[in-house]
Amino acid sequence: MMKIHIKNGRLVDPKNGIDAEQDVYIAAGKIVAIDVAPDGFQANQVIDATSFVVCPGLVDLSVRLREPGLEYKATLESEMNAAVAGGVTSFACPPDTDPPLDEPGLVEMLKHRARNLHQAHVYPVGALTQGLQGKRLTEMAELKDAGCVVFGQPDGTLSDLRVLMQAMRYASTFDFAVWLRPQENSLTNNGVAHDGEVATRLGLPPIPVCAETVALSNIILLAKETGVKVHVCRVSSAEGIMMIRAAKQQGLPITCDVTINHIHLSDMDIGFFDSNCHMMPPLRSSKDREALRGGVLDGTIDAICSDHAPVDEDAKLLPFEQAEIGATGVELLLPLTLKWGVEINAPLIKTLSKITDASAKILGVDAGHLSVGAAADICIFDPDQYWQVLSTALLSQGKNTPFLGMELPGEIKYTIVNGQVVYDQCE
Amino acid sequence: MINRNPQLNKNRVLQHLLTTEGLPAAILLKILDTAESFVGVTERDVKKVPLLRGKSIVNLFFEPSTRTRTTFEIAAKRLSADVINLNIAVSAQTKGETLLDTVDNLSAMNADMFVVRHAQSGAAHLIANHVQSDIHVINAGDGRHAHPTQALLDMFTIRRYKREFHNLRVAIVGDILHSRVARSQIHALTTLGVPEVRVIAPKTLLPSMVERLGVHVYHDMSAGLKDVDVLMMLRLQNERMQTASLPSSEEYFKYYGLTPDKLSLARPDAIVMHPGPMNRGVEIDSVVADGKQSVILPQVTFGIAVRMAVMSILAGNQV
Repeated sequence: MMKIHIKNGRLVDPKNGIDAEQDVYIAAGKIVAIDVAPDGFQANQVIDATSFVVCPGLVDLSVRLREPGLEYKATLESEMNAAVAGGVTSFACPPDTDPPLDEPGLVEMLKHRARNLHQAHVYPVGALTQGLQGKRLTEMAELKDAGCVVFGQPDGTLSDLRVLMQAMRYASTFDFAVWLRPQENSLTNNGVAHDGEVATRLGLPPIPVCAETVALSNIILLAKETGVKVHVCRVSSAEGIMMIRAAKQQGLPITCDVTINHIHLSDMDIGFFDSNCHMMPPLRSSKDREALRGGVLDGTIDAICSDHAPVDEDAKLLPFEQAEIGATGVELLLPLTLKWGVEINAPLIKTLSKITDASAKILGVDAGHLSVGAAADICIFDPDQYWQVLSTALLSQGKNTPFLGMELPGEIKYTIVNGQVVYDQCE
Repeated sequence: MINRNPQLNKNRVLQHLLTTEGLPAAILLKILDTAESFVGVTERDVKKVPLLRGKSIVNLFFEPSTRTRTTFEIAAKRLSADVINLNIAVSAQTKGETLLDTVDNLSAMNADMFVVRHAQSGAAHLIANHVQSDIHVINAGDGRHAHPTQALLDMFTIRRYKREFHNLRVAIVGDILHSRVARSQIHALTTLGVPEVRVIAPKTLLPSMVERLGVHVYHDMSAGLKDVDVLMMLRLQNERMQTASLPSSEEYFKYYGLTPDKLSLARPDAIVMHPGPMNRGVEIDSVVADGKQSVILPQVTFGIAVRMAVMSILAGNQV
């Protein structure tokens, strides 16, 4: 039986309100003690975490594995490796694979293959509608049994609002949460950049803020109608945050997340057509970015995710409009979150909460904390070590990120899942 | 990330011509002055100078064009360059070779300069960022973004007829939203010191925050044309009626088409310009297009001299 003793580290466990120098004791895949060793504890492995932070393994609400169907962009193996190299021990993967995750068999296979890699816990988001086409409901209860934890429609809300209402109503029957990215596709049209000065200068087809707010308004009204638990994915605008804040004040069961890219970047970063900044939702104005940062701080935005989307290099070597959407990010979630925390001078315990216990709560899984008896999913990192984001430094098959070349804080030293060291930087 | 202005090399001289935005006035004026010297060449019996002898210029057109491609071809030939014309249908490109593969292949054949037209904004930047440092790229129109040689020939025409830029009132009329010509004109006009640039269009044909480009916005022709010295009309694509931007070309002509009545609101010596091809009876009345204030055909003639100037300046600027 593997027993690990993590000693001399700074333990930061947001859920339990701990930020102190305390040791962690692991046996049989679980945390068996904090601070004081259990009687007769004999470790097989001692990890010296002096000057390191020991925190719950990160929980990322959006990591695309590109399987099934899109293996030329990335494989399960490469992205699972990338996840643990980023300290992520649990993550949700959106259903926008090819075919989409709309059948129990596909979900079982994905879960099975992921489990055999003995790395992070994979939580598939089931497709809300068959083929994600917005017409017919999926077998949500069956998908739940196969391993889906929530149900979503990642590419904008449904054009048929009746189907959306029914899907929400059906999901609420079983108390399933519905994850929706607020985007009215008829208003997005063929847009690729935030409707503002940058898109005007560069002549890029614009996406108005109302593409988000009109959809959000529908989501909020239908959530009220159906009583379903709604999670709003990837909010991008100041106005969107105001609407979510108001909905929360009314007591609606609504949560929301933002990508770490949108916390740091704005449309200005597109510069001279940098296709790595082609994202969906688009990077919006610096005013929106400030509102997003404020929303995270005041709790309107519950969690931060990487929205990891590995894209093969050729698909980015195209004119901005044609370049594929997305950025690699699972390995940058912690460094970029730390960078944000440093910029606003926030305590580490508060910063880390947005990528550990808060995201686990949205996902509805028992993760993101270091309570005695919990699964030993742990991330150990050096908060003061800066490293340069180079394509050679990333394990993900996707090297596409606007942060390439930047120096970021926070180097992952060890990642532990179910009491097994699955990433050791020294190896 | 590409932070440096990709048009200027490390000595801050022009390496590529991609947009009029961000270029110093001195560079724009140098192009106009050089073009003056070529106007004489185009009026001679023997219309050739040997400046670009032995150079290969590739006209890489991913979007159909007759006029622009022809004027670039004539300009290159008058400079004694070898010209290769490639018209690559977009559908064929999406099936096979990528844009940069095409460019790599042509570079391997020792092309010295690419003249690029592409339906996507930023295509010329992408190519310029990709090619070896001894290759020059001229943007002949990318999506809605820029069409710098058109704007420069417009500036040349304005200077010919009005002498100075600093005392002018210029109105650009029509589909600003979708127009690369308008964007390049606006940047060139403001850089050259035109104190008042107006844009006149219905709200559906204006990009958001366009005033940040340094223009005054008008929705009404009679207010917008009052006392202007230069009228720059834009082409209206028929597809604007299909995408709910406008109800009909008839209504557009009635409210935004340039008729003699509306022209009479401008200064009596105002000139009328159009980048072509014109839709007579849609954005401009034939009486105006063919009238004595029209400088539309001289624009085309000057376009050759301006393109000769751009090509010769780029060829002379090495890293």
